[in-house]
Amino acid sequence: MSDAAPASQSAPQPEPQYATVEQQAEAASFGMWVFLATEVLFFGGMLLAYTWLRANHPDGVAEAGRHTTVVIGSVNTLVLLTSSFTMAWAVHAAEHGRQKALTRLLSATALLGLLFLGLKGYEYHGEWTEHLVPGLNFHQDGPHARTIELFYFLYFLLTGLHGIHVTIGIVLIALLAVRARRGAFSARYYTPVEVTGLYWHFVDIVWIFLYPLIYLVGRSGP
Amino acid sequence: MTTATVTGKPEEPVVATKNYLTEGGVTLRSWLLTRDHKRIAILYTLSITFFFFVGGAAATLIRLNLVTPPGIFTPDIYNRLFTLHGVIMVWFFLIPSIPNTMGNFLIPLMIGAKDLAFPRLNLLSWYLYVGAGFLALFAILIGGVDTGWTFYTPFSSLYSNGYVVLALAAVLAVGFSSILTGLNFIVTTHRMRAPGMTWYRLPVFVWSNYATSVIMVLATPVLAITLILVAAERLLKVGIFDPALGGDPLLFQHLFWFYSHPAVYIMILPGFGVISEIVPCFARKPLFGYKFVVWSSIAISVIGFFVWAHHMFVAGISLYAGLVFSLLSYVIAVPSAIKVFNWTATLHKGWISFDAPMLYALGFIGLFTIGGLTGLFVANLAFDVHVTDTYFVVAHFHYIMVGGMVSAYFGGLHYWWPKVTGRLYPEWWARIAALLIFFGFNLTFFPQFILGYLGMERRYYSYPPEFQAWNIFSSAGASVLAVGYALPFFYLGWSLFRGKRAGANPWAATGLEWQTPSPPPTHNFDRTPTVTRPPYQYRPEPEPQDV
Amino acid sequence: MTTRTTGLPRSYLFTWAALVGLLAATMALAYVPMPGPLNLVLALGISAVKALLVLALFMKLFRAPALTRAAAAAGLFWLAVLFALSATDYLTRKVEPAGDLSAPTGREYQQGDR
Repeated sequence: MSDAAPASQSAPQPEPQYATVEQQAEAASFGMWVFLATEVLFFGGMLLAYTWLRANHPDGVAEAGRHTTVVIGSVNTLVLLTSSFTMAWAVHAAEHGRQKALTRLLSATALLGLLFLGLKGYEYHGEWTEHLVPGLNFHQDGPHARTIELFYFLYFLLTGLHGIHVTIGIVLIALLAVRARRGAFSARYYTPVEVTGLYWHFVDIVWIFLYPLIYLVGRSGP
Repeated sequence: MTTATVTGKPEEPVVATKNYLTEGGVTLRSWLLTRDHKRIAILYTLSITFFFFVGGAAATLIRLNLVTPPGIFTPDIYNRLFTLHGVIMVWFFLIPSIPNTMGNFLIPLMIGAKDLAFPRLNLLSWYLYVGAGFLALFAILIGGVDTGWTFYTPFSSLYSNGYVVLALAAVLAVGFSSILTGLNFIVTTHRMRAPGMTWYRLPVFVWSNYATSVIMVLATPVLAITLILVAAERLLKVGIFDPALGGDPLLFQHLFWFYSHPAVYIMILPGFGVISEIVPCFARKPLFGYKFVVWSSIAISVIGFFVWAHHMFVAGISLYAGLVFSLLSYVIAVPSAIKVFNWTATLHKGWISFDAPMLYALGFIGLFTIGGLTGLFVANLAFDVHVTDTYFVVAHFHYIMVGGMVSAYFGGLHYWWPKVTGRLYPEWWARIAALLIFFGFNLTFFPQFILGYLGMERRYYSYPPEFQAWNIFSSAGASVLAVGYALPFFYLGWSLFRGKRAGANPWAATGLEWQTPSPPPTHNFDRTPTVTRPPYQYRPEPEPQDV
Repeated sequence: MTTRTTGLPRSYLFTWAALVGLLAATMALAYVPMPGPLNLVLALGISAVKALLVLALFMKLFRAPALTRAAAAAGLFWLAVLFALSATDYLTRKVEPAGDLSAPTGREYQQGDR
């Protein structure tokens, strides 16, 4: 969590409330998992709303889904999956005390995150020009216009909140990269890398579920 | 001093010169940037007390308005008053009350730790709370909110003319404060226990705060997302809860009560913990059925998630769902009843002394039982149809929240006051306050059961004349209650400067928190204690020194 | 864990390849017309497999302490509670006709939001 231990290469000292460094590392990792459980329910509440919409207005949701930009969505999925891979690799490098590799892999992960956000922004721009932004710039015709509006209402909230999570992740990972470059981590102390990695993988998992729910709806239809 | 040996004797009154109040400086800066869980607990206590009086002032005005129909306020002002009362009391007093003050102070002491697992997160949690509190006050001062604390859609999202978005933001922020506290407690309980402090040696107070934390961590995020959905709907005029767009307002209620019913257990479970500490100490007996008490706390925190739609019986959910939730609501009465039986059995053949904490505890048991039993009434589908949105429901949950939780809060405050401040409070004044609160409370809220049963609706600024007599009783009770709540403010304040020095263990209580000086040193224990015995090892009969 | 000179464990590379393969599969399958909710079931099934891969190999969940697994399980269990108990209402609620949605809703008189 935010309670990072003092950076020291030789003999890391635990914070005063802990007896040992191991206890501190376990507490940080467990704390992150508890936080991720919280996050599951945070996104879960909105997924319930999505489920309700889709169950009650299946045709409208299918039509709305066909308005989404599946190419960007798929490329973005690839980007995030790859960033998860580089993050896992980064933790592995930290575990083995390879400072240079760690710095590079963290930087790569942050850059992939930025690429994701860039593509997402481009996609938002496209939706603005197509009048798909509920409440601000929405104009659609047809029998399902209302459902499309609700779909996009949830779409912007889901992807927006996910995007905030990605942004926070990028900041955290970039800070870690800077610290790694300064040699803050070693094979004996890399808890912040591990814990931030857990967070980043979780953000990836959220997207893994958002992808079919947003971009693949109604693709087999007319 | 460093082991959990239970002497039963009060320690020699030692004036601890080096303690958490003096170590690390006494400047404002040293307090506002502290990471010491005990100082953060003090910060919480001060801010929570402030909000308690804000919410209490609103309650006073409400009761004043209801003395003479049609009252002294316009309907619009009245709506804002009960919303203010609800929002402040629920989110800025009841939810954080015991966990963030006593839990924060005591959990590390009780488990033999130096601090919580994440001290910085703990401080952040307080800043979130205070920021959210000021945001809520700001929303009230510039015009208020008239939705009720429940923010029901589509009124809150499309029609209300109050500052709903600001209030939603405040509740969202205080929700994150609550999540961080819960997370901190869970990790601390799992990872920071002293050697020998096994799970079944934990005081029930720690267990019940743990159970509370599980709810905080798993329910609050759903509230957060729900409030975001409402705020977005209000700002964009488009949303999933709007029936005109094909949305479902009941979805809001499902999501809201998925948090807010378990939140009721956030408000009461820590109270169970306090009572489970006080009753054995003042009955000089081990807690009867320790494991049952422990597991009933866990059961409540889990089953508490399965009952939310009993708030929606008449809202339009299906009859089948009503049956399921009614049944589940009966189920949760079982663990609550187990606790009441266990406390009662602890009293049986005990050597009971009626000090102020015990008076509050006994009051709690009685009032909580009434609140719990009337909970069974409203869990019943047919009866609930009759009393939904009446004063019967208002009385029911005030018996739990005020008769239960606030009594437990005051009981705990008196019980641990010597530990926190190093001073004894004036016992007779405290007993008078405890009795005033008990009688004032019953006079305020028992008439409301009758009013509700007769059909008086809640949240109305006026009522038909035949209800006036009961309302006058209720308002008279409220003034007694107000005196009861104001008294401790004065005599506890007095005791800070003039109270007798307490010594480490003025109650001859068991538990690690009493094995360290009062007030405790910054890192709680000089040496990490080793625990060798279960909790509540009180002797069957008192020793002469106890008298 | 086998490490080569690059320091990249093979298992991570295989996991990544599997994730990309599943991504391609789920995308392709989405365009195949299938009866009923089969498209959705397949899509979510594949997502679940992908999530499990990330959990198991990148987050090392199944080699983590029991406590950690309990935290993860708790999140999922309570999510299931939210869905399952809401379903008792939504699956059995009698849907009344929505009525005339062009009827006045009261919002016509609404002032600007503050």
